[in-house]
Amino acid sequence: MTEDKKTLKIDGKEVQFTDEPNLLEVIRKAGMNVPTFCYRPDLTQFGACRMCVVEVEYPNGRTVINSSCTMPPEAGINVKINTERTRRIRKTVLELLLANHDKECLTCDKSGSCELQKYSEEYGIKKIRYPQMQLEDYVKIDESSPSLVRDPNKCILCGACVRACTEFQGHSVLGFANRGSKTMVQPLAGRPLGQVDCVNCGQCAAVCPTGAIVIKSDIEDVWNEVTNPNKKTAVQIAPSVRVALGEMFGLKPGENTIKKIYAALRKIGFDYIYDTNFGADMTILEEAHEFVERVTKGENLPLFTSCCPAWVKYLEDQHPDMLKHLSTCSSPMSMQSPILAKLLPEQLGCSREDISIIAIMPCTAKKFECKRSEHVMDGHPKTDYVLTTQELGRMIKSAGIDFDKLEGEEPDSPYAEYTGAGTIFGASGGVAEAAVRTAYKYITGEDLADVNIKEMRGTSNRSKSVEIDIKGKKVVVRVISTLKEAEKAIQEIKNGTANFQLLEVMACPGGCINGGGQPISCDNSKIKSERAQGLYKEDAELKDRNSHDNKDLKKLYDEYLEKPGSHKAHELLHTTYTDRFAYSYKNMNK
Amino acid sequence: MTTLNIDIKEEQRKAQAEVEKQGLRVLVCCGTGCMANGSLNVIKKFEELGANVSILGDYEKLTIVPTGCHGFCEQGVLVIIPQTHTAYVKVKPEDVEEIVESHIKGGKPVERLLYTDPKTNQKVQKSEDINFYAKQTRTALANCGHINAESLDEAIAVRGYEALANVLKENNPDAVIDTIVKSGLRGRGGGGFPTGLKWKFTAANRGGKSYVVCNGDEGDPGAFMDRSVMEGDPHKLLEGIAIAAFAIGADEAYIYVRAEYPLAIQRLRKAIKDAEERHFLGKNIMGSEFNLEIHIKEGAGAFVCGEETALMASIEGERGMPRPKPPFPANKGLFGRPTLINNVETLANVPVIMLKGADWFASMGTETSKGTKTFALTGEVNNTGLIEVPMGTTLREIVFDIGGGIRGGKKFKAVQIGGPSGGCLTEEHLDIPMDYDNLTKAGAMVGSGGLVVMAEDTCIVEVARFFMNFTQNESCGKCVPCREGTKNMLKILEKIVAGKGEMSDLDLLEELAVAVKDGSLCGLGKTAPNPVLSTLKYFKDEYISHIKDKKCPAGVCTAMKKIVINPELCRGCTKCARTCPVGAIEGELKQVHKINQDKCIKCEACLNGCPFKAIGKE
Repeated sequence: MTEDKKTLKIDGKEVQFTDEPNLLEVIRKAGMNVPTFCYRPDLTQFGACRMCVVEVEYPNGRTVINSSCTMPPEAGINVKINTERTRRIRKTVLELLLANHDKECLTCDKSGSCELQKYSEEYGIKKIRYPQMQLEDYVKIDESSPSLVRDPNKCILCGACVRACTEFQGHSVLGFANRGSKTMVQPLAGRPLGQVDCVNCGQCAAVCPTGAIVIKSDIEDVWNEVTNPNKKTAVQIAPSVRVALGEMFGLKPGENTIKKIYAALRKIGFDYIYDTNFGADMTILEEAHEFVERVTKGENLPLFTSCCPAWVKYLEDQHPDMLKHLSTCSSPMSMQSPILAKLLPEQLGCSREDISIIAIMPCTAKKFECKRSEHVMDGHPKTDYVLTTQELGRMIKSAGIDFDKLEGEEPDSPYAEYTGAGTIFGASGGVAEAAVRTAYKYITGEDLADVNIKEMRGTSNRSKSVEIDIKGKKVVVRVISTLKEAEKAIQEIKNGTANFQLLEVMACPGGCINGGGQPISCDNSKIKSERAQGLYKEDAELKDRNSHDNKDLKKLYDEYLEKPGSHKAHELLHTTYTDRFAYSYKNMNK
Repeated sequence: MTTLNIDIKEEQRKAQAEVEKQGLRVLVCCGTGCMANGSLNVIKKFEELGANVSILGDYEKLTIVPTGCHGFCEQGVLVIIPQTHTAYVKVKPEDVEEIVESHIKGGKPVERLLYTDPKTNQKVQKSEDINFYAKQTRTALANCGHINAESLDEAIAVRGYEALANVLKENNPDAVIDTIVKSGLRGRGGGGFPTGLKWKFTAANRGGKSYVVCNGDEGDPGAFMDRSVMEGDPHKLLEGIAIAAFAIGADEAYIYVRAEYPLAIQRLRKAIKDAEERHFLGKNIMGSEFNLEIHIKEGAGAFVCGEETALMASIEGERGMPRPKPPFPANKGLFGRPTLINNVETLANVPVIMLKGADWFASMGTETSKGTKTFALTGEVNNTGLIEVPMGTTLREIVFDIGGGIRGGKKFKAVQIGGPSGGCLTEEHLDIPMDYDNLTKAGAMVGSGGLVVMAEDTCIVEVARFFMNFTQNESCGKCVPCREGTKNMLKILEKIVAGKGEMSDLDLLEELAVAVKDGSLCGLGKTAPNPVLSTLKYFKDEYISHIKDKKCPAGVCTAMKKIVINPELCRGCTKCARTCPVGAIEGELKQVHKINQDKCIKCEACLNGCPFKAIGKE
């Protein structure tokens, strides 16, 4: 097939294009850029900020000004990026936005990574000639969510959060209210974010160009624990963190920095460093066991994975009748933490109070998960604090650590080993792939000849169906990212058309590697795939790639947990769920 | 050729015979304006008296016909007796008996209820001689006010659905489009896009599901032409929609009407039901293969929903926010399907064009703008109301002939054409033929046809502020230039009318206006600066005197008004001091009084009450 190449001009220079969805992408491909606040390749085009306006000259001499993010490329046109008119529009937009903006940049969470700040600097906005925001214009900051903080005073109404919420998660927790200059983004029915069916996925924060929606920070609390001489701190790092944190230090997306992260955590002052990959291996042993058991008994199928706290809350809010499908396994974080909480005090000869358990996650919803009442053990939360990748990056910076120059280190024993199956948990499809590797072993007694189940991988396709042949027995696995797609699978189950036995759901598009707590870079969907590649690369390089081959884990079972699905395992590693339908908007609306 | 199972000519004859049977027709305007003035009570009174047939004299029967709007709303309630060409104005229920006794029974018109020409002060005997009507050419509004809007028969009697029948019989959709192209009809909703071309673009996507959407979200303050069509001649609109749907291959149509038009909605609903019952709409229309289901969607009253993409979002149940174009509705419109979206007035012209031919339509108007256009004439003219004139009619004809000149003998100052998106035109534009291109060139636009006439005592800065306030309130808030830009333009204008403006504000205002015009996402934002830009162009002096001299030349802006007592005329009668509500006037009896400017609230109560005309504005 010959590629259908057409030509247009950018500032007089010929540029070829094929199937780019809009002019902005053609411009970027040509190595140029146009500023934008509202354009996000993964979301529908909105055309609201008007920063990406260009002058388009048609062959017949007609010239129009339009947003390049919404204009389809057309052969023969000449696109002028920087003209007197387009620059004036951009400067006016910036000046107008700044006039109506809480400009407390120094204390803003987004200072340094704010796009409004960046473009204002680039366009040399030195003076705001319009009346500035007055004290009475200020709206209360919404801190009701366990994961996110909404500051409407910094909102520029680019609508990215509204679109992310609708297009990724499908149930529009955020929307526009009022009109004219009184327009604002609000959670459903004008309630605080903590009181609506928000699943805390943080995609809104990930796409926000300013500090209007940011992650609720627990950095100070964690510093207090770290610097407290009477406390021992134990920290675990989730799979996805390793392939993304480097971006905050100028490294390439997907570059595996896990050894440097161990070193950095020690330098910061954490006492015991563990890898959540170990917990992930544990999850697989339990979940594969549960899956085989359910398949054998023919009960509560399809089995839903339960690692994603946003997905869990979504079911609790919207479909409590489906909770029986949900695996009772806690997430890797909430499996590893109770083990630490139980065994560390014994090993160190201290009490649980003397230990602080911290988890570094790519995820904002984990901040909610660690506060769940189901995850309280012996009067303590299983995990005391959750920090996102972003927060860790900030801690490393403030500790004065030159991350790139760090020598790699190793995690602490006795839970140091992990397998490739644990690593791939971070990408959509990874949990299912890891589970199938071990379920195959449980059922057949043999390892899969080829553990790579490539059909389950990939970050762009948000709903995949993969058939696995387990020695003649067919198992269909559905791999989904985003709750919008998950809802479709739920409807299939409800109307009896579902053909799958295992359903893996991650709420963030592409999985945890693109979690709401990851370094902000959703501007480029390529990054997602690069991060996922980083995980699969580590998987391929590891000696052990099946969770059931993890020797440290075997030892833990032999010495403490007995066997997957044991009473002890259930007590520590499994959980229960809450029917939240009564509080959901669906119910309120009835 | 398709054989139809309805012979429209036969239907017409039957309907006309029915109308004949009505005897003496007395048309009582039941447009929204006249109804507010009590036309239903007038009808009630007529019916009470009409029950007594003996009063009818020569007439066998008397039929009171509730009609749609006549356009001459300020003279309502209008009662017209077509047989004698008599138009009675400002009729009250208590006048009805006299009309019946004197006119109907005695054959003698009731002189006092006839219209008085403001120029000659003479009573006008015949309705067609009223200057307001004399210069009009009615196409879209042809039947408004002349037929019972709720009767399908009356519509058929005046050739309703004849064009549709012809079109279905010929069964050549492309020929229909060609006729519309040839007629030169352009969109009457504001943009002025060639209608035939739009049909052609949409028809290029024939084959799958497509829609016709009729834009009846008339939001310009003071404009009510679409309402009048929907209320006064709903079947003409339905017929226009049906022809359009047939031409582009749609089988479903939506009429988007603002919920503030309950009468229009009610009459359209009835018209759709009646037409469906007679197989003029619905499945297999008149026995042809053509099906059309027409829905009515009530808009919640957001001005921006008149913008086509916002309107479609609203029909889909989304927030009424415009979507970027391209894609254009012709390719991807309602529910993602090809959609033809036309304004009410545009569609109302369609049946007439199909009946009388493209050449007839194109014979009216100017080189680039054909046919007639309705305008809602308001403001400081003697005759206000709804008018329809050929394109190319000059402002002078509209203001001074049809409008009967400026009220109270004041001097003409400007007109605001095209509503809040339009611009201000001045005396120098009085003689340019009004069409799409000339108006755009002059910095205004035809828009939906709002026409506000302003006299010398109108403050132009205040007018700009008023319209900016409107657009700012009605901005959907989506794009930055419109949301924040109109807000800041409004703030600058408010500063100027408050007497706190600086000369640099004018540059900033202009700079901002241009950026908002260039940068906004939709038509609302792109045209919102028009009132500011055109007034800055033609009345910059007036802005400057607000800023430099802190004076409002028209004496309107309260902040700059100064009420003073002329010591030479003041006799010290103390009346003003007693009238002043805030005690701002001091002075002894028989001594010259003085106004304390710090206390004065500029209510002008003293000025209006002074027996010696000693108080004036400075």
